[in-house]
Amino acid sequence: MGMTITEKILAAAAGKSKVEPGDLIDAKIDCIMCHDVTTPAAISMLKEKGIDKVFDKEKIVVTPDHFQPAKDIKSAELHKRLDTWAREKEIRYYYPLGKAGVCHALLPEQGHIKPGEVIVGGDSHTCTYGAFAAFSTGIGSTDLAAAIATGTLWFRVPETIKFVLNGKLSKGVYSKDVILAVIAKIGTDGALYKAMEFVGPTLKEISMEARMTITNMAIEAGAKNGIIGFDEITKKYLDEHLKDKKAYKVYESDKNANYEQTIEIDCSKLEPIVALPHLPSGGQAISKCSGIKMDQAYIGSCTNGRIEDLRIAASIMRGKKVAIRTIIVPATPVIWKQAKDEGLFDIFYEADCVISAPTCGACLGGFMGILAAGEKCVSTTNRNFVGRMGSPKSEVYLASPATAAASAIEGKLVDCRKYL
Amino acid sequence: MAKAHVYKRDHINTDEIIPARYLNTDNMAELAAHCMEDLDTNFVKKCKPGDCIVAGDDFGCGSSREHAVWALQGAKVGAVIANSFARIFYRNCINCGFYPIELEDAAGKINDGDEIEVDYKKGVITNITREIELTFKPLPDFAIEIINDGGLLEHIKKSSH
Repeated sequence: MGMTITEKILAAAAGKSKVEPGDLIDAKIDCIMCHDVTTPAAISMLKEKGIDKVFDKEKIVVTPDHFQPAKDIKSAELHKRLDTWAREKEIRYYYPLGKAGVCHALLPEQGHIKPGEVIVGGDSHTCTYGAFAAFSTGIGSTDLAAAIATGTLWFRVPETIKFVLNGKLSKGVYSKDVILAVIAKIGTDGALYKAMEFVGPTLKEISMEARMTITNMAIEAGAKNGIIGFDEITKKYLDEHLKDKKAYKVYESDKNANYEQTIEIDCSKLEPIVALPHLPSGGQAISKCSGIKMDQAYIGSCTNGRIEDLRIAASIMRGKKVAIRTIIVPATPVIWKQAKDEGLFDIFYEADCVISAPTCGACLGGFMGILAAGEKCVSTTNRNFVGRMGSPKSEVYLASPATAAASAIEGKLVDCRKYL
Repeated sequence: MAKAHVYKRDHINTDEIIPARYLNTDNMAELAAHCMEDLDTNFVKKCKPGDCIVAGDDFGCGSSREHAVWALQGAKVGAVIANSFARIFYRNCINCGFYPIELEDAAGKINDGDEIEVDYKKGVITNITREIELTFKPLPDFAIEIINDGGLLEHIKKSSH
């Protein structure tokens, strides 16, 4: 029996020739992502336990993002702790305010993600990096502390579910709609503890940005990691972004690898999808939910705050006015500048949107667009749990940038295809 | 003796256990004051030390925030008993020395307000109110070792000596 790409990467990281689902392994970590919410606690734990060390200051990437720029005194204290530690430990890749961005957009953009690596981060959406044929998973503060100090973590090798994405996406349907459809199909625990491996012709026609939207939301189906194999599109992105041109290792799933399940999706049949409150699995075709009145639109986050997303939103808003509060959040300073240079900011300005600095902001109910009781927001983010973007009595509707932009213009959920 | 607080709900997520608006601190006492707030505003008031939360599938789904476990620990919750747990939350529990108990049909076997007693070693919950014994699968040995050592970091310290 062969191995899946996830099994191969974990086996290599554990120094083994073969692993099987269920095996407990100690894996060497290649890259650790640290941000402002979960890392300060990890730092304090290490100090408290007297193991205040960093296994490799070249393999840790630090950026404040959730509450940056600091939204209040307490978050300023978190940033201060993160900043003091990063400087004291001489972390090579530290992105303070001005360079900082939403972590899962920043790390690939800055060339920190390589195929074949084991990457962990103190954030559930760390699974995003699996788009680069890497094993990548989110962890809590204690695991983060252990990884920072030792460069090793234990893992249970997950079973893999294969998702075969067939067919060409029709106009107005994006990778966000694909992943919302997948989660609606299998549920928020449909891939609990498991690896979600995405394959198929649909992927060959979408960018790395769009692929990251898919792996980003693997956690919303409960998965340990989401992963997409290496190809020319991956290579092109890496050639443009990798800082040090050091080699990386490419792993592929064997033809006779063992999958717990194979699920085929005909992507050519998909409509734009909106996940209704209060679970990411609440996906409905737009034809079944258009007309619901919105109070706010939010375009940003690690799911859909990249340049391609802003271009799509701007193409719909060009020459139009929004009917509701609309917040645009470029995910990194580079994306911010690109959007400005390409004239997207002018389009958003003319449409009466507001443009924020890079931040996770209101995606998790931090700041920069919090909802009042009874309000509804169409959002390009990843979670629509109760209270996620503000009042426990508010509602979040997850959608693609195109659907969010079109809905912003009309002040209600609408089919974006009429604007394309 | 502990009281069961039963939530007949699946997918109770980390935003409900500790809303992100309180993540600007990692202070356990401050987090505990808002434990379960977006699901049940009375939870902190009614939870006595050692009481257990009982729920359905996929408890703790969502964010990797360990703050969810700290909020429960700070609120002196004895254990969470659920049909199943989300992966990162489950791992965070073990790493913090907090017991996640997987029990099939948990909310069907335990009613809200039932008096229960948990024997972690034997893997037995005694429902005193209903006079029944419920067995659950104990955690794997290495996880029990981590919990007994007082969490992952203590465990690492101990094993490196």
